[in-house]
Amino acid sequence: MSEASVSSPDQPLLHVRVRGQRVERAFQYACSAASLALFGATIGLCIMLAWGGWPSISRFGLAFFTSTVWNPVTDVYGGAGPIVGTLITSAVALALALPLAFCTAVFLVEFCPAILRRPIGIAVELLAGIPSIVYGMWGLFVFAPLFATYIEAPLMSWAPPGSVWERLFSGIPNGSGVLTASIILAIMILPYIAATLRELFLSVPVRVRESAYGMGCTPLEVVWSVTLPFVRRSAVGAVMLGLGRALGETMAVTFVIGNSHRLPRGLFDSGATISSVIANEFAEATSPMHMSALLELGFALFLITFVVLALARALLGHGDAR
Amino acid sequence: MTQDGTIFGRSGRRRLSNGAFVTVCALATGIALVVLAAILISLLRNGMGGLGLALFTQDTPPPGASGGLRNAILGSILLCGAAMILAILVGMLAGTWLAEYSRDGWYARAVRFINDVLLSAPSILIGLFVYVIAVRPLHGFSAFAGALALALIAAPIVTRATEDVLRLQPRALREAGVGLGTPYWVIVRRILWRAAAGGIVTGALLAFARISGETAPLLFTALNNQFFSVNLLRPIANLPVTIFNFALSPYPDWQHLAWAGALLIALTVLAINLVVRILTTRAKRP
Repeated sequence: MSEASVSSPDQPLLHVRVRGQRVERAFQYACSAASLALFGATIGLCIMLAWGGWPSISRFGLAFFTSTVWNPVTDVYGGAGPIVGTLITSAVALALALPLAFCTAVFLVEFCPAILRRPIGIAVELLAGIPSIVYGMWGLFVFAPLFATYIEAPLMSWAPPGSVWERLFSGIPNGSGVLTASIILAIMILPYIAATLRELFLSVPVRVRESAYGMGCTPLEVVWSVTLPFVRRSAVGAVMLGLGRALGETMAVTFVIGNSHRLPRGLFDSGATISSVIANEFAEATSPMHMSALLELGFALFLITFVVLALARALLGHGDAR
Repeated sequence: MTQDGTIFGRSGRRRLSNGAFVTVCALATGIALVVLAAILISLLRNGMGGLGLALFTQDTPPPGASGGLRNAILGSILLCGAAMILAILVGMLAGTWLAEYSRDGWYARAVRFINDVLLSAPSILIGLFVYVIAVRPLHGFSAFAGALALALIAAPIVTRATEDVLRLQPRALREAGVGLGTPYWVIVRRILWRAAAGGIVTGALLAFARISGETAPLLFTALNNQFFSVNLLRPIANLPVTIFNFALSPYPDWQHLAWAGALLIALTVLAINLVVRILTTRAKRP
């Protein structure tokens, strides 16, 4: 190791060792090792869930996804209840949150009086960061009792017997259930989607919007025919990101869904989501098969969210709104 | 009938539908703000009473006794601190690799994509993963496993922030370094990281805010502890899981403590976000 910062003229340049070259290489290795660690963690996450769930996968096969039997005593498990519960609560939450979030974002960008624009925008962004356990607690202690008294009970007594409504509004009017969980989820993802959409709408060049106004478009027409098409791809990505959050959310749901493994029969019926089942049972799972079934549920959740997130990222592209 | 200016005409219809749209948007914003304000107000109302000195000086009580959250608060700080050290180390290096060394091949794109997936992966699955790799082999829940789970959530955020902000640094900075004959790792350390410090700190703060309220990944990694402990190999008390357990308990004392804890976490997160906002508006967003 000749440490020559000045090389003699007849020495081939290739053999000149610059000071700190070893550290240079070590630093580069450290950097790529760190990126490999993140890469490996995600791949490992997928593999470990599948590996841990393998006893359950091989024993129950496809029946795991169609059966709703969940019996730790006889060690027979079927995950249809939580899987369907996850999909339903997320879909309902998105259906509730998306229109509100979209309108809020439009309002903030197009119509809001200038004095209120910044405060409301900041408030929405700050609320997107509130931990989900706070939403869950609020749901359990404040929202559920009100919901039971003022929404569930009246709706159930109103629903004509034998109609679709009666089936839809069936369940126990105690405030917890699939719809309550969906509403809490919706409230949780609302500021998140609204903040992301707002960023996207603001990214539309002012020139483009102004030229539309210059042609005599009303704000509705500008939003609908200019702003929205301009950010369509990213907007879908942002919404998918919100959906991904709803699918994997644990704390906001576990408090208020009622926790039963049956398929929910109505919107007020208790149910479960994959994450709520894992949160409730994993630390207390006694038999290896119970644990394995929970890991298989986790694997299913990983696959579902992976598809949604991958689509979202592909649509958003790198460097766009987070 | 079809003349402009009447409500039946084309322009009238356009004006009507536009008016309806504006109203709906304003209403939606109103609803969203009212709901979110309701959450904050009930949080303040239920939690304020518990925010006393006892909250910080006494440990979590058995049901029926009075107490505070000292062990949980310290446990959370310890967990988040350890997680952040790990996350900043891995995140900064990985972000630097992506921005400076990767040459944007397929592997770099895969790493970036995987990092983005990890960034928004359900946190409970990260808890499961850490359980399988760090709790089961060591035969016990531990603070170390909890910190590892939180680090896995925070690291992608730091990585993303580091990469984004390094890419914003002008090429001239690097060229100036190369022109002086500086080894590249010194350029990264002494020039690029310094220029990007604001953005990296912002990312780290956001990551900290995110993990300080995370409950799901701690449920079966750090578990919880009724007592004060700083042993990294034993279960450790922490705020989120304590809140979860106390809120679902039938004892009013515990529920009050849960509210106070929730308020504490929410205030912390809000404060961090405000700091970030002040930092970024002063030095332009990364």
